[in-house]
Amino acid sequence: MTTNNDVAEERRNFLYIATGAAGVIAAGAAVWPLINQMNPSKDVLALSSIEVNLTNIPEGQSAVFLWRGNPIFVRHRTASEIAEAQAADNADDLIDPEVDADRVQRPEWLVMSGVCTHLGCVPLDQQGDFGGWFCPCHGSHYDISGRIRKGPAPLNLPIVEYVFLDNTTIRIG
Amino acid sequence: MSSDKKYVPSSPTAKWVEDRLPLMGLIYSSLGSGFSAPRNLNYMWNFGVLAGFMLVVQIVTGIVLAMHYIPHIDFAFDSVQHIRRDVNYGWLLQAIHANGASMFFMVVYVHILRGFYFGSYKSPREILWFLGIIIYLIMMATGFMGYVLPWGQMSFWGAKVITNLFSAFDFIPFIGDGIVEWLWGGFAVGQPTLNRFYSLHYLLPFVLVGVVILHIWALHIPGSTNPLGIDADGPYDKIPFHPYYTAKDAFGLGVFVIFFSIFVFYMPDFLGHPDNYIKADPLVTPAHIVPEWYYLPFYAILRAIPDKLLGVVAMFSSILILFAMPWLDGARVRSMRFRPLSQFFFWIFVVNTLFLGYLGQLSPDDILGFGWTALTYAQISTFLYFAHFLLVMPLVSRMETTKPVPISIAAAVLDANKKG
Repeated sequence: MTTNNDVAEERRNFLYIATGAAGVIAAGAAVWPLINQMNPSKDVLALSSIEVNLTNIPEGQSAVFLWRGNPIFVRHRTASEIAEAQAADNADDLIDPEVDADRVQRPEWLVMSGVCTHLGCVPLDQQGDFGGWFCPCHGSHYDISGRIRKGPAPLNLPIVEYVFLDNTTIRIG
Repeated sequence: MSSDKKYVPSSPTAKWVEDRLPLMGLIYSSLGSGFSAPRNLNYMWNFGVLAGFMLVVQIVTGIVLAMHYIPHIDFAFDSVQHIRRDVNYGWLLQAIHANGASMFFMVVYVHILRGFYFGSYKSPREILWFLGIIIYLIMMATGFMGYVLPWGQMSFWGAKVITNLFSAFDFIPFIGDGIVEWLWGGFAVGQPTLNRFYSLHYLLPFVLVGVVILHIWALHIPGSTNPLGIDADGPYDKIPFHPYYTAKDAFGLGVFVIFFSIFVFYMPDFLGHPDNYIKADPLVTPAHIVPEWYYLPFYAILRAIPDKLLGVVAMFSSILILFAMPWLDGARVRSMRFRPLSQFFFWIFVVNTLFLGYLGQLSPDDILGFGWTALTYAQISTFLYFAHFLLVMPLVSRMETTKPVPISIAAAVLDANKKG
């Protein structure tokens, strides 16, 4: 049996919940700009790209370029390095298994991010147990394909987006 | 605390003010003669006041330094050099602020270990203890962001490594992916990062002041504990804070300021890292990144675990576990003076944590005794660190036969005087 009192109480409860819900939504809407302002701004997001002249990088050496605030490694690999990278495609110690062929467009040019996937240091060239890169911060060893083989880093050095404009020039980004 | 005296305004003007805003009464009853503390507090009880002093020193010098510092990636490094070389007394203010951070952490560490040893975290002081941990966490965030501001190599790479810790949480849906870019305001540590760190480095000390006020408020509910760890009951167990402990604190403060001055005036760069006198370069990682000394034990724990996520979780857990201490420790007796076995393990814990700090500044591949690497030692030490909280403390505190506890503070103090 419903009395006037029950109806009034139901109305009051409904109003409480409706007011509370509106308040939560309003608070969320007010807080979102305060949180989102910390995300990368439009000028940072505006896609930038760099062109790299490959003729300056002799075989067996690497060059480092700065792209969007981060280092990019470009390595001109020798035939033996390519063979070594491909031979390790099925190695047991690959933490993030990936074949070398998926990491390069042309096997002699390895173009990848130079940011250690552990905590963001820049690994050192031609050091470490696998003849690739070694991160001095926390001891991650990468092979000549930039794959993580030993140490705390969870992922291979990421391959960045790039295209060959011609045989001697690539555009990164 | 019925024995505490009440503030009586000494002049009509003071009474007029007190009737409208009882501020003098508040100070009198929280830091003056109206507040009484156990009569047997030793010098370990100085360190709370010293920490409060350091907070004030950091805020005052920080506000002044902010008048000369420029939070811009192209000018920050040079503006710090400008402060050190050109600004009147800038050499002094910068040295006080930079070394002050170390001094602040040092006194806080003693303060925390005092709490460990004398059971200050035990009932009824759990919330007081929690507020202390929150203060410590805010201090760590503030200290870290402050270290980034000079924009040297260690500033930059320290910022990069620490912000990257959050990339371990990339498995969390929606927020995980972009969390690091959100922290940076870009794709790498850069201008937006430096700018926001400066803003927060200025803000957080004032948040600290607020939490410190809560910490002192919570302290004044049960009052200070004491070296005997028994409750102060009667008026014979206590003495007024002023003049007894204001005098004792003032003496301790004098000794501490002399110690502080040795660093400021004779070796202002002793605690700094040489690499931080090189301007930040995003293409060159220093051969060996190390945090400031006060973070080293936690850094060693981070590196001890070969898995990124678990390493980060272990590092955060090593501090958050302090929140569980009031329940991990089941002893009925607070002070370790009467718990010889707990006392033994306490010192093992202190030595182990110092050893972790030592390992934190080595390279993980360095070879130490027995031909083991620093990494292996760090793993053993990390295990011991957590074992102290999760095995030793719960078991020993519940099984240990404690020594007889005196019936009252007054009895113990008077007894000791008779023997002496």
